[in-house]
Amino acid sequence: MSIFDFFRTPKKASAADQAKERLQIVLAHERAGRDSPDFLPQLQKELLDVIKKYVSIDDDKVAVKLDRASGYSTLEVNVELPAPAKGAARAAAGKVAAAGNA
Amino acid sequence: MAKIIVMTSGKGGVGKTTSSAAFGTGLALRGFKTCIIDFDVGLRNLDLIMGCERRVVFDFINVINGEARLSQALIKDKRVENLYILPTSQTRDKDALTEQGVEKILEELKKEFDYIICDSPAGIERGALMALYFADHAIIVTNPEVSSVRDSDRILGVIQAKSRRAEKGESPVQEHLLVTRYDPERVEKGEMLKVEDVLEILAIPLLGIIPESPAVLRASNVGMPVVLDDKSNAGQAYSDAVGRFLGEKIEHRFVKVEKKGFFDRLLRRTA
Repeated sequence: MSIFDFFRTPKKASAADQAKERLQIVLAHERAGRDSPDFLPQLQKELLDVIKKYVSIDDDKVAVKLDRASGYSTLEVNVELPAPAKGAARAAAGKVAAAGNA
Repeated sequence: MAKIIVMTSGKGGVGKTTSSAAFGTGLALRGFKTCIIDFDVGLRNLDLIMGCERRVVFDFINVINGEARLSQALIKDKRVENLYILPTSQTRDKDALTEQGVEKILEELKKEFDYIICDSPAGIERGALMALYFADHAIIVTNPEVSSVRDSDRILGVIQAKSRRAEKGESPVQEHLLVTRYDPERVEKGEMLKVEDVLEILAIPLLGIIPESPAVLRASNVGMPVVLDDKSNAGQAYSDAVGRFLGEKIEHRFVKVEKKGFFDRLLRRTA
């Protein structure tokens, strides 16, 4: 490192380096998933069916998101539950209490 | 024994037809009887690149459908001995390529030729699948650019799963990487993927690096395979690639920025 480097701003990764990194990440995932079908729509549907058994929700209130980084993926599932109707909460709570007593 | 080579890429516009024409001509120049087949049914262009567009009477699809004999459809190159072109149809679509039809013609060609080059269309649909299905070798044409590298990886997956060799469990199709439109100046500036990067990602043997060159457009303008322009760096790079394919040890050229002399700079000479 020369004395002049001290005054320079640290070098950012070049466009080519970024291209390489992005390709390595996307291809690692594509190669892994090459033989397995895209399961996200099916997963979303089945999750919905399970939740609907217990709570009434809208089909469009479920968001499934897959994020990819090098080495791992994260699956994020967001379900928006409807606000309880007035009075319903108390009735439900009463039921639970009754069940507990039995 | 005749060998079938598919020139493929997944992505369009990376230089499959240019490479098919140059590579096939290079093989014929070295004395091998070579036939180049255009698989891009409906978007015929090999005839233009080879400069034989006015000599097309019958085509590949006519032969598949039994409307013409193979010898009537084959066009003999006027410049290079041992070189033949089998043009495709401009009016039909890719459904005209039946597996049995293509196989029958390839078997017939194998009796007469040393090398058969299948110039694949872009994509991974019927035309591309038929071009690669019977291959012994696959030359993957890749530009040092993200979408081209990704599509090359995809087509490699298709070759490894859907070629006849894969389906029958025979020894796999031999893969070769041909990097085209390589610009050492932009690589040096960090604007373009290095050939080493592309190699590391795709992990198949390197056959050649074709530099970005004005000679390619010049050659296509006049219907001449660029390998015949032996003064151009692109022509020489194709010739080297053919040599390597045949087992010669040839070092890669045109990968570093050439230092220009004072007078070159003054006169702004280009390759």
